[in-house]
Amino acid sequence: MSQWEIVIGLETHVQLTTASKIFSGSSTAFGAAPNTQASVVDLAMPGALPVMNKGAAERAVKFGLAIGAKINQRSIFARKNYFYPDLPKGYQISQYETPIVEGGGLTITLDDGTTKFIELTRAHLEEDAGKSVHDQFDNASGVDLNRAGTPLLEIVTEPVMRSGKEAIAYAKALHGLVRYLDICDGNMQEGSFRCDVNVSVRPMGQKEFGTRREIKNLNSFKFMQQAIDYEVRWQIEQIEDGKKIVQATVLFNPDTGETRAMRTKEDAMDYRYFPDPDLPPLVVTDAMLAKIKNEMPELPEAKCARYTSEFKLSEYDARLLSQDRATSEYFEAAVAAKADPKLVANWMLGELSAALNREEKSIEESPVSAHQLAGVIARIGDATISNKIAKTVFEALWSGEAKSADEVIEAKGLKQISDVGAIEKIVDEVLAKSAAQIADYKSGKEKALMSIVGMVMKASAGKANPAQVNEIIKKKLS
Amino acid sequence: MSLSAQDIERIAHLARIRVTPDEVGQVQAKLEGIFKLIDDMQSVNTKGVEPMSHGLDMVLRLRDDVVTESNQREKFQSNAPEAAEGYFLVPKVIE
Amino acid sequence: MSWNTFTTVAETKKALDSKQVSAVELAQHYLSRALSLNKSLNAFITIDSERTISEAQAQDNRRSKGDVAPLLGVPIAHKDIYLIDGWRTTCGSKMLENFIAPYTSTVVQNMANAGMVTLGKLNMDEFAMGSSNETSYFGPVKNPWDLSRVPGGSSGGSAASVAAGLTPASTGTDTGGSIRQPAMFCNLTGLKPTYGICSRYGIIAFASSLDQAGPFAQTAEDCALLLNAMAGFDPHDATSLDRPKEDYTRDLAKPLKGLRIGLPKEFFGEGVASGIAKAVEDALDVYRKLGATTVEVSLPNVKYSVPAYYVVAPAEASSNLSRFDGARFGHRAKEYDDIIDMYKRSRAEGFGAEVKRRILIGTYVLSHGYYDAYYLQAGKLRRLIAEDFKKAYEVCDVVMGPTAPEGAFQFGAKSDDPVKMYLNDIFTICANLTGQPAMSHPCGVDKDTGQFVGMHIIGNYLDEARMLNAAHQYQLATEWHKAHPAL
Repeated sequence: MSQWEIVIGLETHVQLTTASKIFSGSSTAFGAAPNTQASVVDLAMPGALPVMNKGAAERAVKFGLAIGAKINQRSIFARKNYFYPDLPKGYQISQYETPIVEGGGLTITLDDGTTKFIELTRAHLEEDAGKSVHDQFDNASGVDLNRAGTPLLEIVTEPVMRSGKEAIAYAKALHGLVRYLDICDGNMQEGSFRCDVNVSVRPMGQKEFGTRREIKNLNSFKFMQQAIDYEVRWQIEQIEDGKKIVQATVLFNPDTGETRAMRTKEDAMDYRYFPDPDLPPLVVTDAMLAKIKNEMPELPEAKCARYTSEFKLSEYDARLLSQDRATSEYFEAAVAAKADPKLVANWMLGELSAALNREEKSIEESPVSAHQLAGVIARIGDATISNKIAKTVFEALWSGEAKSADEVIEAKGLKQISDVGAIEKIVDEVLAKSAAQIADYKSGKEKALMSIVGMVMKASAGKANPAQVNEIIKKKLS
Repeated sequence: MSLSAQDIERIAHLARIRVTPDEVGQVQAKLEGIFKLIDDMQSVNTKGVEPMSHGLDMVLRLRDDVVTESNQREKFQSNAPEAAEGYFLVPKVIE
Repeated sequence: MSWNTFTTVAETKKALDSKQVSAVELAQHYLSRALSLNKSLNAFITIDSERTISEAQAQDNRRSKGDVAPLLGVPIAHKDIYLIDGWRTTCGSKMLENFIAPYTSTVVQNMANAGMVTLGKLNMDEFAMGSSNETSYFGPVKNPWDLSRVPGGSSGGSAASVAAGLTPASTGTDTGGSIRQPAMFCNLTGLKPTYGICSRYGIIAFASSLDQAGPFAQTAEDCALLLNAMAGFDPHDATSLDRPKEDYTRDLAKPLKGLRIGLPKEFFGEGVASGIAKAVEDALDVYRKLGATTVEVSLPNVKYSVPAYYVVAPAEASSNLSRFDGARFGHRAKEYDDIIDMYKRSRAEGFGAEVKRRILIGTYVLSHGYYDAYYLQAGKLRRLIAEDFKKAYEVCDVVMGPTAPEGAFQFGAKSDDPVKMYLNDIFTICANLTGQPAMSHPCGVDKDTGQFVGMHIIGNYLDEARMLNAAHQYQLATEWHKAHPAL
């Protein structure tokens, strides 16, 4: 493997959160009955004409500003001509030579904590196609044009990623960013965020890129990882077997975990692009630019910097907590509820994150709210419970047994025992049954002390204050 | 310029228009005549000229993001060659 | 009721406003004339008397409720390229033989709001591609002046119907001369306004950057009244000009003293029939007598209009006509192997030869490796032509010349040679490429052929009122526009 370098670039189709379509007043709501959200424009009825949605343009500009890109204040819509049943006009309105957003980039964080800047080529506005169903009718495909005309921002990276991990990290960072900006709902199951991944391999050290294959329409990070892994292995095997890679579009089959080339369209490359004569140039005025700049939310980079300076979080923790909007909102809500920021970070990246992963839940779906977590942390802070008991309390909140940490502590009697007399009583009981351990301890085996402490904690059902227990035992045995 | 029979077949395929083998020659002859007319413009030096598509300088008007359309499926599908269960039906597409 | 079928729109409006006649009576008159003469002229593709009468009734009801819409009850017939909700709309093609429009075009809606009553849908060259109306799937329209001759095209039915008195006025569309050339062939006044004045929404697109709607009538005054109804900003069309409403009749009565007419030497050279040149010269004398001055101007790049047009128009058409694929509406072949074969057969069967030819040209010029040499070059030529005009307007107010280099020709005279046919639009195309307003008005007869001659007036952007003023003053001083065929 090591003599091959992997080269990956992504094209992501991001559905914008407008209420209406990019060129018509039809609703973009997901899941409606077929063709009930398709107007004369979306159906390409004779004589119908496109009219541009301001909301789509604003969202594209917002994205461009967020990634430090150049906003082309004059961009051009072009027609990409090809025939397909889900493309009613026989052309897709897209931006070709002059996109609205050029350049810019975003920083990704890998699992080992290293960061990398991913440069973007461009982001352009275009319309989505409809959908076809192939298994509902005998000898026919059914065409539903509800999705046709939904605004998309196609975001294209330079071929700068060098591993599947980087690609996933980029996709996640982008996913986080578009949701931050509230320009996309990020719902991957519904196709709101779809990635095409261009993959090629080349011998380490070679300058020229290898021939790439494009994996189309990946709508989960898991599939993306699997598809890239499979594709990379396949390409290397091909080359090592002396075969050539042929440029192709491939589909990933989640059932087999394999990629497969689509039936090649011999004319696929001749889209006959030309400027759409129905749509004059899209002009972003200075006023519009200023207004959008003004309304920009605090972005992950800025948040990350603030978390390290204001809350003294580590760079790594700060980046993880700021990367997506829901996570940062959770964090900030917990902090606002007076919980110690560092403890909140530890809990979110530890216990909470593990629990969410285990049940494949997003942070918005977390059964433990930020306020509840803050409650748990507060009780650790005031020594009501130990860290260990806190985990029990968290579990109880997760399973919905109670509404607050205090309720759990009360109901289960988990309050830490800090009363010296009470602890001494338990210590005495334990010591009375531990002659062997006492002897060991006295002969210098420090470990024996830990064993005694453990027995005391067990006898107190974990509620005794561990520090006090330690101290009392030592005093009694000295 | 001259157009070959293969050119005609290629563009007819791109344009999704069936041209039968015995039609190719005739289409080719007519198009050649037209391209002779068109190619008159090739001699003009247009270096540095900004292309124009609309006479008056136009800027794209932006519509407020509001849903204005309601469901008219029945009416819109009344012209469909084949429709069922709300779908437009076309010959089976194999990907 | 006895009604002079050649009554102008202006006079018809007066008769309606003074209640000498009702909308229903007028509708009945023109419907019965259209139904009887259409067999020989083939000007209408669709007549739906019931619908028309009910529209007329509705307009009469408006009047009885005190409505004073400007053209309340005046009949109008529309080129079959305009969608009208519930009306069959064919665009002269087998592709749309059975297509019922599901919505109404803005221009038709504007005219209905102004009170006009739709008499029916007019024959045309298929998808507006043609200069003789011979490409219509529904058969050619006959020129009412001579049934062996073409009425011009593509708005042939629009011209023939008004010339024959089947309607007081009609709408057309003009992509390369499709209003002005038939107006000349049928001795009418026709106007193509500045691009963006009339909404294109609901008009089946031929070449989006060139198409423009406009009126046909007997007089310039009528055209002004009709344009008042047709024009206006439309939010459904991104190329519609967002500007205040204008009254195009406002300058009609102005004397022409001081009007500077530019005469491009390129419009008076060889290729123009001598009888046509003579008639135009005579008409210019009339203009001079009315106080106008003439000055020679030069439009050196205008000779590239035809080649540039035959790149731009087919290129845009090839894309615009992709939606006719047999999937959602329109003709679908009976037998096919798969989806691609369905597309290919449906389009091969649904489109006629000229339409297919233009789609193929357009596909070719946009295909990989040819874009710069064709579409881009044509776009640059459009700029050069526009700059020629800009320069001319430094010394003149309007440009004049013959509308077409020859008059109405016999059926079949050019139908086998597309290039010959295309060259008939040599003077009209430049106004579409630049987006300027242009019109044609009757100005005599070619003594050699006996065919009518049209004076072509090209104006600066948004200068319709001045052009209509010139034509109107000319018509006050002349009788050409008052000639009608005996049918």
